[in-house]
Amino acid sequence: MFSNFRSYYMYLFLFLLAGIIFIPLYVSIAGGFKTIGDLRTNSLGLPTEWIVSNYTSLLVDNKFWLFTWNSVLYAAGTTFLVILLASMTAFVFAHMKFIGSRFLFNYFILGLTFPFATAILPLFLRVRDLGLLGSVWAVILPQIAFGLAFAIILFRGFFRQMPSELFDAAFVDGCTYSQFYFRFTLPLSTPIIATVAVINLVGSWNNYLLPLIMINSESLYSWPLGIMVFRGEYITDWPKILAFVSLTLIPAVVFFLALQRFIVAGLTGGAVKE
Amino acid sequence: MQSPKFNAILSKYSTLVIFIIPALTIFTMFVVLPIIEAAYYSFYRWDGYGDPNKYVGLKNYKYLFKNKTFILSLKNNFYIIAISLFLQLPFALLVALMISDKIRGANFFRTVFFLPYILAEIVTGLIWAYIYDGNYGMVAAIWNFFGAEPPHMIAEKETAMIALYIVIFWKYFGIHMMIYIAGLQNISKEVLEAARVDGAGPVTTAWRIKIPIILPTIRLSVFLSILGALQLFDIIMPLTGGGPSNQTHSMVTYLYYFGVMRMKFGFGSAIGVVIFLICFTIALTYQRTLMRKD
Repeated sequence: MFSNFRSYYMYLFLFLLAGIIFIPLYVSIAGGFKTIGDLRTNSLGLPTEWIVSNYTSLLVDNKFWLFTWNSVLYAAGTTFLVILLASMTAFVFAHMKFIGSRFLFNYFILGLTFPFATAILPLFLRVRDLGLLGSVWAVILPQIAFGLAFAIILFRGFFRQMPSELFDAAFVDGCTYSQFYFRFTLPLSTPIIATVAVINLVGSWNNYLLPLIMINSESLYSWPLGIMVFRGEYITDWPKILAFVSLTLIPAVVFFLALQRFIVAGLTGGAVKE
Repeated sequence: MQSPKFNAILSKYSTLVIFIIPALTIFTMFVVLPIIEAAYYSFYRWDGYGDPNKYVGLKNYKYLFKNKTFILSLKNNFYIIAISLFLQLPFALLVALMISDKIRGANFFRTVFFLPYILAEIVTGLIWAYIYDGNYGMVAAIWNFFGAEPPHMIAEKETAMIALYIVIFWKYFGIHMMIYIAGLQNISKEVLEAARVDGAGPVTTAWRIKIPIILPTIRLSVFLSILGALQLFDIIMPLTGGGPSNQTHSMVTYLYYFGVMRMKFGFGSAIGVVIFLICFTIALTYQRTLMRKD
């Protein structure tokens, strides 16, 4: 049948494409287990001899865990504060009428079109002049600032769709704005909080340019900075580098598979929902 | 005398101020002011210490547009946009059309194709730097298998940009595919059923019905793709670092190497302003014209 014939080629194409996605990941993970000589003669196959020391030496390396911990701090701090500050601001835009609210909202929205690279040098000077260069805030504050605009749009859209009866009833009972925000708005907003969280967590975890500019002491390195330094040290000792790459790859893939539904909804829905 | 009404108003405005001030302060200090300051610094020659006092007018900009490496980096950004729009996005749409229906294994393929997008750019760049390595990499292995001398793709002028395009394609087609799938799944079943009853085949349905309906989604993905391409940085750093002989810079890597690394705050800011103007112009015209109705 024609449709079987067609779907045969379609599946061939899809599996081929899946292979193209997988093979680079597979050769990296397998490469981490090889000796340099093995890698040279046998870069596609399984390791002739499984060398685990590349992986274990990293896992007992304090620096590896320090970089990971720093990245956790940056991502958690940024995400928590973006959620808090953006939802409070969006709450005001969604529920309070005041002069200049439209102007203020547009002011935040303007931030969406501001490329991060343009701000990078003045941002460095600001952080330096505030005396924050040696602290985690050098990374967290700018990340929050650049995450706010999009988060405010997403929160405002969501808050506006909440039933207004709830709001009216609460007010008749003497509930104040801030009580309403903490007791009703936040607990009812978990889907949008998840979306904003995913966008900011992934963004912060993978961020390279900002920490590269802001951080000069190794004790504050995020893992992308650490891995680039590692690369600089080992240059062509690929098994070591691939082991490091794989150790960051595996948790990312596991995290993605476990929370796939939220992540896909967050990253695509976040883009589409505007 | 404070009436209850007065108290309510007071409470409303104090909440308003408390709720909005933190975000407003951080946003102004770390987003808006730096952009304005960049415009100001771009007219100076300045190493970042003391106040900028060496006013040079438009000299930084003049130098920039006479500089071959910058012009090339600008071109590279636009080549990347062109490849994204004419190859990557149509390809993502094709794949989305294949697996947006409930075919066998649809979820598996979606997961796999989306996977590269969530990997850090740095990790993606390092993986591919290995794959392209002329001595140890996969490309070398394939060449060796056929008994040919393996190329050093990212070390040679002619192939370095191609190598970069391939990585960009690999990493980013999945997010566009997912955006299209989200759009395709919103098409009402009745419309598709009606098309089927009228005897429209899959190709006709896709071309005449599905694609026109998700046009707003496509416009959005085009927009995201352009703005993303203009700010490309992370993936280039571990892959080529702008080399060989400055052939693969984007505007942002150029800014990093020639502005930040050399502590040229005026010149670097001028590069930033150019990036800003390009992004802003594109965003504005795009929103005023194509995305107006969406």
